[in-house]
Amino acid sequence: MSELLLDVANLKKYYPIKQGVFNKTKETVRAVDGVSFKVNKGETLGIVGESGCGKSTTGRMIMRLIEPTDGKVIFEGQDILNLSKHEMRKVRKDIQMIFQDPFASLNPRQTVGQIIEEPMIVHKMGDRKKRQARVQELLELVGLSAYHAKRYPHQFSGGQRQRIGIARALAVEPKLIIADEPVSALDVSVQSQVLNLLQDLQKKLNLTYIFIAHDLSVVRHISNRVGVMYLGKMVELADSETLYREPKHPYTQALLSAVPIPDPENKTKRIILSGDVPSPAHPPSGCPFHDRCPVAKAICSEEIPHLRELADGRLVSCHLVD
Amino acid sequence: MSDSILEVSNLRTSFFTDDGEVPAVDGISFSIKEGEILGVVGESGCGKSVTSLSIMGLLPHPQGKIVGGQIMYEGKDISHLKEAEMRKLRGNDLAMIFQEPMTSLNPVFTIGEQLTEAIRLHNHMSKQEQNNRAVELLKLVGLPRATELLKEYPHELSGGMRQRVMIAIAMSCNPKVLIADEPTTALDVTIQAQILDLMLKLNQETHTAIMLITHDLGVVAQVCKRVVVMYGGKIVEEGDVKDIFNHPKHPYTEGLIKSIPDLYSKKDKLYSIKGSVPKPGSIKKGCLFAPRCDYVMDKCKEQVPELLGSGHKSRCFLHQDEA
Ligand SMILES: Nc1ncnc2c1ncn2[C@@H]1O[C@H](COP(=O)(O)OP(=O)(O)OP(=O)(O)O)[C@@H](O)[C@H]1O
Ligand SMILES: Nc1ncnc2c1ncn2[C@@H]1O[C@H](COP(=O)(O)OP(=O)(O)OP(=O)(O)O)[C@@H](O)[C@H]1O
Ligand SMILES: [Mg+2]
Ligand SMILES: [Mg+2]
Repeated sequence: MSELLLDVANLKKYYPIKQGVFNKTKETVRAVDGVSFKVNKGETLGIVGESGCGKSTTGRMIMRLIEPTDGKVIFEGQDILNLSKHEMRKVRKDIQMIFQDPFASLNPRQTVGQIIEEPMIVHKMGDRKKRQARVQELLELVGLSAYHAKRYPHQFSGGQRQRIGIARALAVEPKLIIADEPVSALDVSVQSQVLNLLQDLQKKLNLTYIFIAHDLSVVRHISNRVGVMYLGKMVELADSETLYREPKHPYTQALLSAVPIPDPENKTKRIILSGDVPSPAHPPSGCPFHDRCPVAKAICSEEIPHLRELADGRLVSCHLVD
Repeated sequence: MSDSILEVSNLRTSFFTDDGEVPAVDGISFSIKEGEILGVVGESGCGKSVTSLSIMGLLPHPQGKIVGGQIMYEGKDISHLKEAEMRKLRGNDLAMIFQEPMTSLNPVFTIGEQLTEAIRLHNHMSKQEQNNRAVELLKLVGLPRATELLKEYPHELSGGMRQRVMIAIAMSCNPKVLIADEPTTALDVTIQAQILDLMLKLNQETHTAIMLITHDLGVVAQVCKRVVVMYGGKIVEEGDVKDIFNHPKHPYTEGLIKSIPDLYSKKDKLYSIKGSVPKPGSIKKGCLFAPRCDYVMDKCKEQVPELLGSGHKSRCFLHQDEA
């Protein structure tokens, strides 16, 4: 049986919106509204969903870059939301992030060597000489060359910058990597290089990934299990084979059918959803998806469905699935 | 080829920067037939947007210049028209929509003001008629609450709604050619599906020819009949969408198709093209794809292949004798 690394339970982030002169809190944005999932050692959990559904907020709360409003984040058996700043530092070494925009996340005035060395300095790892040897090693590990250490980020292409971001995340030997849209800004031909690199590294270093993306094909390729989010909630979570073969939640079905397949012989019938994703400040009553759902019934606007397990082991949150 | 409405031949567009001339579009030729949807695909920086800006006469002044070739619209070269004439053409025959609908709508005017202004440009109508036409156009692009929407500002609309408004403005003049430059790239997939559906519907109903620019091969496969593949400012392959996807000729097209992860079946490892897209002008001789090509031959490093073939064309020495 695989070993549990991370257990996220009922995680929430509410943002108050202040309005008017007296700054009275009138409304809240429910950016993440009770999300739960588990991640095992060595696996990749994909998180998909459309813009604004709360993917990044979820990822950042796990690292406490954003403080959750409520919930539990249990990493290697301890609830890290109760840790002091000092204790949290050690955990930060074990959990690293890779971001979407490799350019914005790299300091343009630092050399690539300095960028990769910095987290090791922060976590007081090794002496200068050891760290620099490690920088060289990391550069080669991600498919760059040792001499690149002296260059600046702007001298690199998008794909190479993402490799630098990956090398920096690996510098402190993390156990869990949260990758937030790591290939979304890359060209197709370079995207596959970075995906392959992430997979190779996972095998070599026994890494665990949470892979956040809006591209369903990319997520399928890299993930063992996939969670689908809608309006701050997880609506379906299953192993990727099951989820893509037979999506159960009407939102997952619509999302999958909307993906344009790069095959002109395969013109799939798209489920065209009406309207837009509602604002997380005014989520609909009942099921958050009911006002766009092609099969909604009366109960869907009345009762909030909860994530429950089906016979095949998947989790789904829909009144109409049995 | 008398049925083509727009014919671009040997178009070359350069930017004149402090670092010298940047050949962004380097001798491309293609045509669009009446009522067809032509896909133009390629990765970032290959010259897709510069091609469309060249056609529309919207290149940034004074750095961007058409330095060669012709753009024939209904038999007349429009590549060097005066701005006033070009503006007339843009208002009536050619329309364009962009990737980011927010930057192309003016934030200080209401949707109604922007839409009626577009209508006024090429029609003589009373205020009331303009309003009616505006409502009609918003309905045409599938926007609900059309009458109220006229009084709202762009920031009150979602990305998908703004893109629909842009399409409504573009369609206000009944254009013969609509150039859509990454119209769905900034949108979520479910909203993308709505917009692509809308564009197909408009194409069928109004018979407007569409040049759909995208980097997404999935979008091309689902929407277009004919495809042009660009790499480094040149067209490397052109043909019927089925031929391109089932029997790609150029190693770049082939690599691109193989690089996409599959939604239906999981591959162990993805194919990947080595290296990255070259900066324009950085490769001085030979085929621009040679440094990344699995099939590279000595000849490829020395000479530039031509775009050859009938129907299904490619710019590759592997296929030169098929022509
Ligand atoms: N500081 C904040 N104050 C108020 N609302 C916020 C704040 N940060 C995020 N939100 C809202 O929370 C929701 C979730 O945002 P989040 O960035 O997690 O979405 P996402 O799924 O990562 O989207 P994307 O795919 O666009 O990156 C959004 O509606 C966003 O507008
Ligand atoms: N104003 C400019 N000055 C100098 N070079 C430019 C300018 N605009 C574009 N270029 C160059 O021209 C080339 C083609 O750019 P273009 O915008 O057409 O690419 P594209 O195919 O539309 O890419 P994308 O998919 O990123 O939109 C690029 O290499 C770009 O750097
Ligand atoms: Mg995000
Ligand atoms: Mg462009």
